[in-house]
Amino acid sequence: MKLKMFSVPYLVWMVIFILVPLLMVAYFAFTGEDGGFTLSNVSSVGQYANIFVRSIWLSVIATVICLVIAYPVAFILSRMEKHKQGTMLMIVMLPMWMNFLLRTYAWMTLLGNNGIINNILELIGIGPFKLINTSGAVVLGMVYNYLPFMILPLYSVMEKIDKSVLEAASDLGCNSRSVLFRVIVPLSLPGITSGITMVFVPAISTFIISRMLGGGSNLLIGDLIEMQFLGNSYNPHLGAAISLVLMVIILVIMTIMNQFSPDDQVLI
Amino acid sequence: MKKLGKIYMALVLMFLYVPIFVLIVFSFNETKSRSVFSGFTLEWYERLFRNDIIISSLINTIIIAVIASIVSTILGTLAAIGINSMRKVPKAVVMNITNMPIINPEIVTGVSLMLLFVFFAARMNLEFGFVTLVIAHITFDVPYVILNIMPKFKQLDPHLYEAAQDLGCGPFKAFIKVILPEIMPGVISGFLMAFTYSLDDFVISYFTSGSTSQTLPITIYSMTRRKISPEINALSTLIFIAVVVVLIVKNAIENKHAKKNLGYRGNKA
Repeated sequence: MKLKMFSVPYLVWMVIFILVPLLMVAYFAFTGEDGGFTLSNVSSVGQYANIFVRSIWLSVIATVICLVIAYPVAFILSRMEKHKQGTMLMIVMLPMWMNFLLRTYAWMTLLGNNGIINNILELIGIGPFKLINTSGAVVLGMVYNYLPFMILPLYSVMEKIDKSVLEAASDLGCNSRSVLFRVIVPLSLPGITSGITMVFVPAISTFIISRMLGGGSNLLIGDLIEMQFLGNSYNPHLGAAISLVLMVIILVIMTIMNQFSPDDQVLI
Repeated sequence: MKKLGKIYMALVLMFLYVPIFVLIVFSFNETKSRSVFSGFTLEWYERLFRNDIIISSLINTIIIAVIASIVSTILGTLAAIGINSMRKVPKAVVMNITNMPIINPEIVTGVSLMLLFVFFAARMNLEFGFVTLVIAHITFDVPYVILNIMPKFKQLDPHLYEAAQDLGCGPFKAFIKVILPEIMPGVISGFLMAFTYSLDDFVISYFTSGSTSQTLPITIYSMTRRKISPEINALSTLIFIAVVVVLIVKNAIENKHAKKNLGYRGNKA
C-alpha cells in the first residue's frame, strides 16, 4: 500500500467540509433567492461602506497599539535570562487561556456606567465618563484580547537575535536608537508582519467585542455578517457577499504583509 | 534602563491581569454590585453548581472536545503521512486548502459550515446540534494537527519505512514501528492543541449549534447578554484556577523532560 493513500479519508473530509462550504459562500454571494445569478448582493455591500470603514479603522488602530505595547515586551522578554524566559512567557500568555468571552466580560464590568473605573474617577472628583458603548471601548477590547497574539511572534524572532550582534553594533558606533532601527527592527520584521496579521484578522472580523463593549452603535463587519445569518435580517445571500468581501480584504492585507517578509521566514 | 524595563513589564502585566482579578474578587461579593464590595459570600458558587444549563453545557463541551480531538488526531496523523509523500504540486494544493480554516476569520468558517449544514438539513434528516458541532470542531481541529506533525517529517528518513517493509514488516506494522514513534511528539502536541481549541471555541460553535446542544462558551455568551449575574464571575474564577493548575503542571513536565535530556546528553559527552 502506498503512503499517499493514508490521506484519502482526510482529503474526502477536506473537500466536503472545507472546500465545498467555501464554494457555497461564493455561490450564495452571486445568487438571489430564486437561485439565479445576480450581482445585487455584492453591489449592495456598498451600502455598508461606513461599517467597513469603521471596522478597518478600529482594527488598524488596535493593531498599531498592540504593536507599540508588544514590541518592548517581546524585547525585554527575549533579553531575560534563559530560565526566566519560559516562566515569564507563560505569565504573559496565561490570560489567553481564559475564554475570550470572559475576558471581554471583565471589561464590560470595569467600564460600565457604575463600574469600578467610573467609581474611582468619581472619588477623585472627575467623571463619570461614558466609557462603555464607545468605539474606544471596542478598541480597548481588541487590544486586550489580541495583545498576546502580537507578543508571541515578536518574541519568537527576537529570541533568536544573538546578544553579540547587538554588542557588535554598538561597538561599531551605533547609538541605542540606531541599534534599534538598523539592527533589531530589520531582524524582527517577520515577527512584526505575522503579529500584524494575527491581530488584524481576528480584530476586523470580531462581532463579540463590538457587541459587548460597543453597544448597538459600533457595528462591525462581523456583526453585519452575524445579523444576516442568525439575526433579525435573515439574508444568507447578502451575508455570504459580505463574507466574501471580508475575505478579499484580509487576502489583500496578507499579501501586503508577505511583501515585507522574506519567503522562508513566514511564521504562520 | 533595566529598571525601566521592569516597570514597563509590571504595567503590561497589570493591564493583562487586573480585569481578571477584579472578576475574581467580585465573585465573592454579597450583592450583585459590580463596583462596591459589600461582603463575602460563596452564594454564587453554590448557584453555579446548581445551574443545570451550565453543568450540562460543560459536560457537552468536554464530550465534544474529546471526540473532536481524538478523531482529528487520527485523521490528521494519517493525512500528514499521506501529504508528506505526495508530489510537490498536489502537496501544495492540499496544504493551501488545509490552511484555509486557520487563515480565514473564524466567522467565515462558521458561516460557511452553517450554509453547508442548512443545505443538508433541508435534504436529509440532519438537525443542528451535537452532530453538526462535532463535525465543525473536527474540521477546524484537523489543520492544527497536520501543521504540528508536518515538520517532524523533515527529521525522518523516507527510506526507513521501505527498509522496514523489505525486512519483513507489513505496511501497518512498519507504520507503527517506524513512522509513528518519530512523529509522536507532533501528534501529541497536535492533539493537545486540538483539544484546547475545541474547549475554547465560541464563534464557529455559535453558527453550527442548535437549541438542542450547546457548549459552555455559548452558554456564557447568552448569560452575558442577559442580566448581570455574578455566577459568571464565579465561573471565571474556577476556569482561571483550572488554567493556572494545568499550565503549572505542563511547565513542570516540560522542565523535567528538559533536565532528563540534558542529563542524557551530559552522559554521552
